[in-house]
Amino acid sequence: MTMRSLAAYLFVLLLAFPAFAVEPDEILEDPVLEARARDLSKQLRCVVCQNQDIDSSNAGVARDLRILVRERLVAGDTDEQVLDFVVARYGDYVLFRPPWKPTTYALWIAPFLVLAIGATAAGAVLLRARSKSGPFGLSVQEEAEFADLKKHLEQER
Amino acid sequence: MKRLLVALPLLIVIVIGGFLLWGLNPERDPNAIPSVLISQPAPEFDLPPLEGIGVPGLARSDLTETGEPVVVNVFASWCVPCRAEHAELTRMVRDDGVRLMGINYKDKPKDALRWLNNLGNPYERIGTDLDGRAGIEWGISGVPETFIVDGSGTVLYRYVGPVVGDEAVEKLSTALAQVRANAGAGS
Repeated sequence: MTMRSLAAYLFVLLLAFPAFAVEPDEILEDPVLEARARDLSKQLRCVVCQNQDIDSSNAGVARDLRILVRERLVAGDTDEQVLDFVVARYGDYVLFRPPWKPTTYALWIAPFLVLAIGATAAGAVLLRARSKSGPFGLSVQEEAEFADLKKHLEQER
Repeated sequence: MKRLLVALPLLIVIVIGGFLLWGLNPERDPNAIPSVLISQPAPEFDLPPLEGIGVPGLARSDLTETGEPVVVNVFASWCVPCRAEHAELTRMVRDDGVRLMGINYKDKPKDALRWLNNLGNPYERIGTDLDGRAGIEWGISGVPETFIVDGSGTVLYRYVGPVVGDEAVEKLSTALAQVRANAGAGS
């Protein structure tokens, strides 16, 4: 490969940057607001192509929502107000992070609850194993029962 | 205590199995998004008419004092299922006395006009939503979508997708009949 074709090859590689869904005409001039808009867009679900955020979606509605988010920011809304605005129209469903409220308590608490139950069960099993003693790994109580049985057998003989 | 522990695996299997069974239910649509509009007043919007069609535009104020249930349909000429649905909606307007309002979603007015001139216009009012902003107010995820709004402007039902085929028509008709029955009982 000559130097020149190598250079051309590298140049073509440089052109292959990832495609973004956010189109140039959507981007705000104020870099701070734009950064907030990008951040908010990543928290909002696209309602057409679910499991994709509106920041990376090419769907028409996603684009409309991106523009809407930017409009609200320019109008002076806080991040929270922007999210509330979208939730008021599309419901909690559009949030990737579900809110903490009575209907979602189970959702948020369940993993910790399951972990606690598992830890308790594991702890109980381990503790019991440790409390066992004697040559056959019997607990003190089992040892006593065994001695009792042995005595009975000897008496019957 | 020990007996309880023995039953535990069975309990877990039943719980997980229950969820799996629920997931297999063919009636369940995992893509369905619960609408926040149901039982809420119709959203704020005010759309200009479609020039040349001869029916007025559509705004929230046109829905609040109708006195009877109306159907609001979001459509576009570029939407193929809308074409299929159009015949069914036309039939409902003709045979069932449905009052149909249209929101022409992100359409070129010229295309919408030609589309309606070709197929006929079943709509009593048509609002032209060029930038899709009214669509967002209604919380739509695409076209077509159909809403039933009662006589005082409260949204009572939403159907996502084309009203085509017996099942979809049945769903919309049943919902409309219920809304009408409730309105009759209420007045």
